[in-house]
Amino acid sequence: MRNAIITPLVLLSLALSLLTPLASADDGKGLAIAKERKSRDAGWGDSESLTTMVLRNAAGAESKREMRTAALEMPDDGDKGLTIFDEPRDVRGTAFLNHSHPSSEDDQWLYLPALKRVKRIASRNKSGPFMGSEFAYEDLSSFEIAKFHFNYLRDEACGDSTCLVIEQTPADEYSGYSKSVVWLNQQYYQPEKIEFYDKKHSLLKTLTLQDYQLYLDKYWRPHKLRMVNHQTAKSTDLIIHKISFNTGRTAADFDTNALQRAR
Amino acid sequence: MRERWLGLVLKHPWWVLLSTLLLVVLMSSGISQLYFRGDFRIFFADDNPQLLAFERMQDEFNKTDNILIGIAPAEGSMFNKEVLTLIKQMTDAAWQTPYSIRVDSITNFQHTQADEDDLLVEDLLLNTNQLDAAKIATIRHVALNEITLVNRLIAKDGQLAAINITVQLPELDKNKEVFDTYKFAEQLKADFSARYPQINFHLSGVIAMNYAFAHEAEHDAKTLIPIMFIVIVIMLAALLRSALGALATVIVIVIAITSTLGLAGWAGIFLSTATVNVPTILMTLAVADCVHVIASMQFALGRGDSKKDAISFSMQRNLGPVFITSATTAIGFLTLNFSEVPILADLGNMTAVGVMLACLFSIVTLPALLYVLPIKAGKITVQQDTVMNALASFVIRRKNVLFPGMLLIMAGFASLISLNTVNDEAVKYFSTRTEFRQSIDFLDQHLAASMPIDFVINSGQSSGVNQPEFINAIDQFGQWLMQQPEVAHVNSISDTFKRLNQNMHGGDPAYYRVPTAQDEAAQYLLMYEMSLPYGLDLNNQLNVDKSATRITVALKNIGSKEITAFEQHALTYLAEHYPAYSASAASTALIFGHIGERNMASMLQTLPLALVLISLLLVFSMRSWRMGFISLLPNIAPAAIGFGIWGWYSGEVNLGLSIVASLSLGIVVDDTVHFLAKYQYARKEGQNAEQAVRYAFNTVGRALWITTAVLVIGFSVLMLSSFHLNSDMGLLTAIIIFAALVVDFLFLPAFLLKFDTKESKNYA
Repeated sequence: MRNAIITPLVLLSLALSLLTPLASADDGKGLAIAKERKSRDAGWGDSESLTTMVLRNAAGAESKREMRTAALEMPDDGDKGLTIFDEPRDVRGTAFLNHSHPSSEDDQWLYLPALKRVKRIASRNKSGPFMGSEFAYEDLSSFEIAKFHFNYLRDEACGDSTCLVIEQTPADEYSGYSKSVVWLNQQYYQPEKIEFYDKKHSLLKTLTLQDYQLYLDKYWRPHKLRMVNHQTAKSTDLIIHKISFNTGRTAADFDTNALQRAR
Repeated sequence: MRERWLGLVLKHPWWVLLSTLLLVVLMSSGISQLYFRGDFRIFFADDNPQLLAFERMQDEFNKTDNILIGIAPAEGSMFNKEVLTLIKQMTDAAWQTPYSIRVDSITNFQHTQADEDDLLVEDLLLNTNQLDAAKIATIRHVALNEITLVNRLIAKDGQLAAINITVQLPELDKNKEVFDTYKFAEQLKADFSARYPQINFHLSGVIAMNYAFAHEAEHDAKTLIPIMFIVIVIMLAALLRSALGALATVIVIVIAITSTLGLAGWAGIFLSTATVNVPTILMTLAVADCVHVIASMQFALGRGDSKKDAISFSMQRNLGPVFITSATTAIGFLTLNFSEVPILADLGNMTAVGVMLACLFSIVTLPALLYVLPIKAGKITVQQDTVMNALASFVIRRKNVLFPGMLLIMAGFASLISLNTVNDEAVKYFSTRTEFRQSIDFLDQHLAASMPIDFVINSGQSSGVNQPEFINAIDQFGQWLMQQPEVAHVNSISDTFKRLNQNMHGGDPAYYRVPTAQDEAAQYLLMYEMSLPYGLDLNNQLNVDKSATRITVALKNIGSKEITAFEQHALTYLAEHYPAYSASAASTALIFGHIGERNMASMLQTLPLALVLISLLLVFSMRSWRMGFISLLPNIAPAAIGFGIWGWYSGEVNLGLSIVASLSLGIVVDDTVHFLAKYQYARKEGQNAEQAVRYAFNTVGRALWITTAVLVIGFSVLMLSSFHLNSDMGLLTAIIIFAALVVDFLFLPAFLLKFDTKESKNYA
């Protein structure tokens, strides 16, 4: 009983005394790596892809979702994204528009074909599941420097090469996470694995990103993402079938008026 | 053979003691493997059908293991700035509970409202700075009118609120996980109690129950075993009047108990509500053997025998009875293996092994111990027992009244057996003295906290839950449920659909109804799901392909028979009205509800087996079919009387009581054995029935009432247990053991006098 109170306190004070100097010491390196990651991926312009999402419950039963996505790079702001659902049939044509912002809440809208209306979604929901999957919105929205504090932890072997292991602490209080740990491939500065920790600092989910392919000689994109929830034993696979770049999409395709026309 | 063995023991007492010590140390070292297990699953076999259904449902949806924190202001309402702030802070803090995956309260309720053309989904109380009179009024209005909240997270009268923490234990070290989770909630309660002394907090939920199972079992071990020990010492002092004799007895009892617990540890058995009382039961059962051995020895010493001769005399006299009575007791307890409840089988096996070990130690170690201890003759002067003699005369004189009179009384009590009904409610296993039961009882007055049943209704196709006809079906079912008198609350996705439909139409109350098209329903739901924050999603109500939904029904406090009847009633309703959909029900209350009936059925089936086995043992030991047959009625009657009295006194039979008939049979049979053995001896010596009855009374009468007193007191100690399973078992067993003595003193001799009138020379 007494231990139950004292142990966490001791651990906490230990952790604080150990972590504080470390954190400040490596702050610079973590941020530098993050900037390098962002800059290496800059300039891709716009893209489109076909995606299948496979949801699995603890017993292994599966359910599929099909969607098309389009994305537009915004040099001075967060990226814009448009997702159109094809399956299940009863949500076919429903379109989700997201304007992410590096340092403020994302703007989100949903077009509901049954109502023929565009509805705005409250954006504190970034921690919530996307389409009932193990992916939260914040896992899928674009990588922005201002969204995190970075802390370089170590180098670690991963597969055939070496990974930079970075700890990312979300800046937004409405994030569902206390932190995430990213294994960034040192060659192409893309994540191979991300561990997400919940607000009580327990490991919640692990995302593994596989089948990286090179586009436009510069941009690496994964084609299979698997998110496993360690607490509920549920998992979701995100399988990207096809990605095309330079599709000619412009900002006009990513506003709320365009949302109603999206098919 | 018997002589040689006894000669060996008395020739090398130190060798005997040394090898006993070695054996005991070896066996007892298993104690370090023992642990208390806090988990309601200890009551159920892995293939229990209701448990399997429950786990399947938990796999398809999210787990429902929970801690519920009840928040009750000593006076006044919930709806003021202070209490709402407290709920909000405690809700936030509750997310830190180990293994928590979800926290629900009125403050983080995802309130939906139409905001012009948008759908606003937000915590009912997002920020305590918002709390002005208007906001408080809004919260009050929403909370008390929201059907998903009332009776679940807020009492109808607004006097009590609750925070429900859903946890998902990894089940790697479940005990520790339950302990950590509960201790966190307890700490939370302590912290907030210090800050808000005017508010009472109550912990309940499955985790609290699991914790209480282990905690109260440990409490039983810490209180009952020492009490029993003191009782034993007092009884020994009164019976033996010899400090060294008492010491020898205590040594035998202690090594029998540590060896039993050690063997249980080696066998991988854990301590639980049931097995924690094995030491208490063993003390009770073992003390009788030792008392017989020592008393006989003292008798021989008193008439001037040498110590060696006195021990020999005692062993000659007691070896057979000690073995037979131990064996019958062990058989009685071994029949618990036929129970549907694993921990009751553990109880049976541990006690059976312990009784046989106690038997072994009483006939091997005890004589050696008595030999090396400087024991002197007891101070009891053996005199003609006037009481027993008077009793014998009374029975002989009044046999014509006693026989029909006792028969009538026995039949009368037996007829009351039908007043008993099986009832197993997990929360009622706990005594009202326990904190857990007090919390539950308090919460049950305001919320339906203790008895949920989950129904899963499957549409049979992917996205089927979005079909208007399906939503209408579950909506109808929900309304039907609410009309049932035992239902306190229904949580159904159909209410969410209706609310969303209204929200999507600018808040127009006319649209508070099920959407009319599948794509409409699906898109509203998609929009709503996209608006929910971490942990407050719909995964606990909808499965992954949205083919099925889980409806949680909170019931008022009802018995296990009523809960299984309700389940049947509801499933029949669904099968009749909506044959296209498949439905199932599961919950902890249902698992407990079903176990009682099934366990009772299997225990009643094994009762004849136990009776046959034990009677055969009697036939064998007395070498007389006739005596075995005569013993049947006095062996069965005590349990019949006991359960009759129980029917009149309580009428509720739980798992603990279902085993009493079998286990008490092995104990009460001892009285009959002793009485009949002496009677038979006298008859064979040529005495008539009357003389033989008098002889039996004079030789074993006193011993019988002494052992009965020891057993009754011993089992009565169990009445102090925090578990009704154990206290009821202790009480009823004590009643039955006492009834056995009455039957053996008043009925059996009258029966023998009336029917065993053959001339003694023909006596077989």
